[in-house]
Amino acid sequence: MDSETQAGLNVHQLGIRRGDSMIISNLSFEAPRETALMVSGPNGVGKTSLLRALAGLLTCETGHAMLGNDALETHMLHYVGHREGLKSQLTVMENLNFLFDLLAEPNAKLPDIDALLHYIGLFNKRHQMVSDLSAGQKRRAAFSRLFMVPRRLWLLDEPYTALDRSGRDWLSGAVRAHCKTGGIVIAASHEPLDFSSQNLVLEVLV
Amino acid sequence: MRAFYRVLYSDVLLAWRQGSISLVVAFLFIALTLVPFGVGPELALLKRLAPGLLWVVIVLALLLSLDRLFQSDAEDGGFDQLMLSAQPLELLVLAKLIAHYISLIIPLSLVLPLAGFLVNIDIKALWPLILSVLVAGPALCALGAIGSALSVSVRRAGLLTALIVMPLYVPVLLFGANATQTALLGNGTIAFDAIAILAAMSVAAILLAPVAISAALRGLSE
Repeated sequence: MDSETQAGLNVHQLGIRRGDSMIISNLSFEAPRETALMVSGPNGVGKTSLLRALAGLLTCETGHAMLGNDALETHMLHYVGHREGLKSQLTVMENLNFLFDLLAEPNAKLPDIDALLHYIGLFNKRHQMVSDLSAGQKRRAAFSRLFMVPRRLWLLDEPYTALDRSGRDWLSGAVRAHCKTGGIVIAASHEPLDFSSQNLVLEVLV
Repeated sequence: MRAFYRVLYSDVLLAWRQGSISLVVAFLFIALTLVPFGVGPELALLKRLAPGLLWVVIVLALLLSLDRLFQSDAEDGGFDQLMLSAQPLELLVLAKLIAHYISLIIPLSLVLPLAGFLVNIDIKALWPLILSVLVAGPALCALGAIGSALSVSVRRAGLLTALIVMPLYVPVLLFGANATQTALLGNGTIAFDAIAILAAMSVAAILLAPVAISAALRGLSE
């Protein structure tokens, strides 16, 4: 493996402002390759903000994040948040095609969609509108992007929300497989995650 | 370019499925039906007013459609994915603008001959009217989208968007109405100078608006 895939995530002196106050300041941590890092802490401590800042969806006041020797950029990561980013008036198939075309590199080849649909457990629902899916099925469809477009860093916000027992096992298996290939996963959660190999507990700033 | 075409295609498909096209067309007809009740059924008067009326109603119909332009993406997390795309946000916003043009301006222009009858439009003014709407369409979409992007974080932003966008629409409306009035008074000659200015506005708006919209949307997630 080349050094590119060896390198871990390095977050240095991160500071995030929300309104008038800093919710995260001087946060530094490291997530080596093959790590699944679980971020926990009380409500409002800035778990989601941290993930969104790493994803580049939120501007940081201070600090920076490096993936190996490169500054972390959006095309290196996936972010799956509370809002799934699915179009409710498009079918599951159309949503998958949409996400693939949006996120993939211009010359990437479309993966085997049928196999992917079986993998996420939505093959029978592939021609249904996303608005007709249950909350858990929507989550499964949202996670599909992780497998369609390979990116090294996965940022998952409350990944277990709405998933049933088998869904959680399925996701944990997928995360472990991703870590085995040198990937890094950062997940914010209140409940213990089966797949986490490291913990980061955020504390309220006073 | 794949992301560009996909956003364009999906947005047109969504506009079709959500029925926003038929709603805007219905609004156009309803608003025009009310006019003769307001100003009286005098055919000569209506003929004189028709091109201007149609222009105003089209602009209002567009304003109605604006608050849905970015709202659904903000609600379902679609923006996050647009920003995580390997493509620049400006390009994807441009795709959304073109989709808006295809799914609104073009259907509106297609029903104009029928809608024009409601206000007794002069057949001489009809073609210049359709031409000027089609040419001014990109400017209308792009300017409206700026207002829509600025107010996307506000709930029920419809009226706020209209307040932001209305002043921006005035120059377009002036030249658009001018092009059709000239045709009405001058026996159907098309005022190509007005059309040319509309085209210039459209080109400038469609090139500059994606930059402004993207900046507004990036600020949104702060």
